[in-house]
Amino acid sequence: MAADTSSDDRGLRKGKWAPYGLLSPGILWLVLFFLVPVMILVRTALSSKASRFANPEFSWQFSNFTSAFTDYGPQFARSFLFAGIATVSAILIGYPLAYWIATQGGRWKNLLIGLVVVPFFTSYLIRTIAWTSLLKDNGVILNTIHAIPFVPQDFRLLATPAGVIGGLTYNFLSFMILPIYVSLEKIDFRLTEAAADLYGTPWQAFKKVVLPLSMPGVFAGSLLVFIPAAGDYLNNRYLGSPKTSMIGTVVQDKFLVQFDYPVAAALSLVLMAIITTMVLIYSKFLGTEGLAV
Amino acid sequence: MVMSEGVAPPYLSRELEQPGKTRKGSTSSQRAGSRWGRRILTAFACLVYLYLFLPLINIIVFTFNDPAGRYNISWDGFTINNWLDPFKDQELTNAFIRSLEVAVLSISIALIMGSLVAIALARYRFTGSRGIEIFLVLPLTTPEIVLGASLYQLFLGRNVVFGFSTVVIAHVMFCVSFVALTVKARVRGFDWTLEDAAMDLGASPWRSFRKITFPLILPGIVAAALLSFALSLDDYIVTDFTKGEFTTFPIQVNNAFRVSFPPQVNVLATMVLIVSVLLLVLTSVRSEKGATR
Repeated sequence: MAADTSSDDRGLRKGKWAPYGLLSPGILWLVLFFLVPVMILVRTALSSKASRFANPEFSWQFSNFTSAFTDYGPQFARSFLFAGIATVSAILIGYPLAYWIATQGGRWKNLLIGLVVVPFFTSYLIRTIAWTSLLKDNGVILNTIHAIPFVPQDFRLLATPAGVIGGLTYNFLSFMILPIYVSLEKIDFRLTEAAADLYGTPWQAFKKVVLPLSMPGVFAGSLLVFIPAAGDYLNNRYLGSPKTSMIGTVVQDKFLVQFDYPVAAALSLVLMAIITTMVLIYSKFLGTEGLAV
Repeated sequence: MVMSEGVAPPYLSRELEQPGKTRKGSTSSQRAGSRWGRRILTAFACLVYLYLFLPLINIIVFTFNDPAGRYNISWDGFTINNWLDPFKDQELTNAFIRSLEVAVLSISIALIMGSLVAIALARYRFTGSRGIEIFLVLPLTTPEIVLGASLYQLFLGRNVVFGFSTVVIAHVMFCVSFVALTVKARVRGFDWTLEDAAMDLGASPWRSFRKITFPLILPGIVAAALLSFALSLDDYIVTDFTKGEFTTFPIQVNNAFRVSFPPQVNVLATMVLIVSVLLLVLTSVRSEKGATR
């Protein structure tokens, strides 16, 4: 070991072969079961399929991509709209909580942030079904809302865009809170005292000092919420209706029910391309550290 | 935790050194304002916790429901029979056990491969490390539906029989990146010369790994294990594409939802919740002890 390494003052080694040896099992797995499959997906997206049970034939069928947009524009639009609103809602709900834990959590900080993770330990599907029970007509929440004057009697949440967006926001909220908390935790809050000494109001101190320093967390959280939300189909299945179907609904249906692989592959690649572009822009400016929760 | 924190941001000194305005304490009206701000913030934080836990409370309360029909969604009366007979639904119980098997096996594989990748990235300098880091983030930032769809195409094209092994392959794939990044984040900034010191004192490379490196990366591995356990147990979308006729707990719940939603679903989910929270509390207490040692 000592023969092929030399280390600097932090003990970081310059390895010749050792790092590649350590990397190879994990990276090989990812190449075989992530990279290669995505390339196969590209091939499928450029294939044509004569009938429902025929094998896809590779034929540079670019029309799959154009029909992805022309036939499923509304689903794409809804996916990005719903995911976008869910992301903004998650910032508005999650940021104050992360800020509260970071500034006022004191010795309970670890416990308080641990509580944010607890919902992860029940299945996401079962949580969503629990929301159907909570939001159903004549349920606890709707009865309360209907008690408010001037709420129309046919107001409901299930099978509406609001229901789906609410479910998306809820299911991925913790992914927003954790990175924001991590970035707030790194801030030296004596800076706000310094701002107060310089006649800054608390609000100015927050806006000019704390908020800019916590933006990396907000960006990381936004990606971590937006990505799963944009590709989701379970929230729509349980909390929405066919009128609120998203792109994930179409992809799942085309792959597993209709066996229309080429168009489904094209649809999922378009989704992936848009999201990967966002991630690459993010990592160019902010690196990849913040994305590991 | 061993991290390179506590270093004041460079601009701190610059801002404080700015000459000019004389120092003066903040006015009492400002303090009153921030006190009200703190109260509002605390109230808001409590509401967010309520929001996060509302479905969990619903799930737990409904373990005591005695549903009139086959759907445990409306409250019909109190009973403890569900807890006395949690394994009543044979298919659900089997699916639950299969979920645990998948989770344990995939996490064991992912932990080994992921930790090796993390060690390689954290303690070696080598060409291509930046590229590897970006590559590791990609599976996490790719929508699950694309991961699932591309594996589906891979297995379909190779005539692989869908079932337990394809689900495990998929779960290992999305856990490896996750483990690698989590473990790496925890060991970043660690002074690796300690290892050299151990070897200078006559320890063998294996002994210095066992006594120095392993205890240091262990908290990261435990955190990664807990969270990937949750990821695997909870996964719906990737499993949906790689399962074939095989069913895990969430898949079984979804498939059965067309005809029934028995209270045993809630009981089993609550059991997982209780065990995970206990594990979380235990490991956080242990790491707290470790930090103060």
